Amino acid sequence: MQVRVRALESVLVEKGYVDPAALDLLIETYETRVGPHNGARVIAKAWSDPEFRRWLLADGSAAIGSLGYAGRQGENMVALENTPRVHNMVVCTLCSCYPWPVLGLPPVWYKSGPYRSRAVADPRGVLRDFGVELAPEVKIRVWDSTAEVRYLVVPIRPEGTDGWTDGELARLVTRDSMIGTGLPKRPQEVSR
Amino acid sequence: MNGAQDMGGVHGFGAVVAESDEPVFHADWERRVFALTLAMGATGEWDLDASRFARENRPPDEYLDKSYYEIWLAGLEQLLAERGLATEAELTAGRELEPRKRIGKTLAPPDVAAELGRGSPTNRDVPRPATFQIGDRVRARNINPLSHTRLPRYVRGRIGTITAAHGCHVFPDTNAHGLGEEPQWLYTVSFDAHELWGPDADATLAVSVDAFEPYLEPAP
Repeated sequence: MQVRVRALESVLVEKGYVDPAALDLLIETYETRVGPHNGARVIAKAWSDPEFRRWLLADGSAAIGSLGYAGRQGENMVALENTPRVHNMVVCTLCSCYPWPVLGLPPVWYKSGPYRSRAVADPRGVLRDFGVELAPEVKIRVWDSTAEVRYLVVPIRPEGTDGWTDGELARLVTRDSMIGTGLPKRPQEVSR
Repeated sequence: MNGAQDMGGVHGFGAVVAESDEPVFHADWERRVFALTLAMGATGEWDLDASRFARENRPPDEYLDKSYYEIWLAGLEQLLAERGLATEAELTAGRELEPRKRIGKTLAPPDVAAELGRGSPTNRDVPRPATFQIGDRVRARNINPLSHTRLPRYVRGRIGTITAAHGCHVFPDTNAHGLGEEPQWLYTVSFDAHELWGPDADATLAVSVDAFEPYLEPAP
């Protein structure tokens, strides 16, 4: 693979179709700058600021954009509110659609057959694979991202976090909790 | 097309296995394939819908046999070959053998941030009235095109409820094939699990898809 891809890049560079420095910058962007830490900041603010939470749920792209996260694979973002009665989970059964500006590039499992096939038919089984057991009466809503709308789950703020700053709250927000395959960390799992 | 990419409801894949502390890429070639795909996309020689179709429209055994970025590589090579931008012989030789073609633009380093920040919005402000309203019951059409579509098989023929309307968006089914953007209303349609999976399904489950208007008809 390495040899084949190197040959491809050499041809495209020689022809002037791509600039290797631009390639490096694209990689660096998604390896270092864009990732779930962006989404965690959005969620922490939604937990601490009721006005922002309302805005986020009403117009995800605008509220998220106000924190500087927008663009490719997040042109239309919708935030989904978890409550004690409703749990949201996001999948792309057709490929790998994912809100890049807030979560970065998707993990391998999100793009894999096991997740794409089962999330829409047996989400409780999928949650068990992640070690999550929801109460039987909790309704589950699965969102299959089949067009260009990208979904971000707003998990429930953990109890015992009164008075925490946004920076401290963000440490509780895991990537999986924003996809809906996990829950936020508990306060005792992080250092403030 | 009814390809291997349409995985919703397929049995036998096994448990979801998550890697702890997973890196963004697992090999250097994955990094380069990712960046080459984005950079070639930025030339304007094709769009995201054509790119998706190139990845998906391959024999199911091949699709399932390849890793994610191997599929991206196969899709990219196919688009380059179809447009005469790079031939198989060149990819084997690793150097230019055919005259280069004039392309839209080459993505330059100073433009990367703006390119990513802009993205490729698919919203189109067209004066087309929406056929369906929130709360309407609709049936996903039983269509089986050989061409690109974003209507998964597991909802075809099933009845659901419109829960959101997102305005008009580029229609992937035409756009992927160079047949124009043909913007269409896009809706979120929610289906009860019983409707999708039968009487034994999880009664607490609802599944939604985002469906373009041509995918839908009024429920009988």
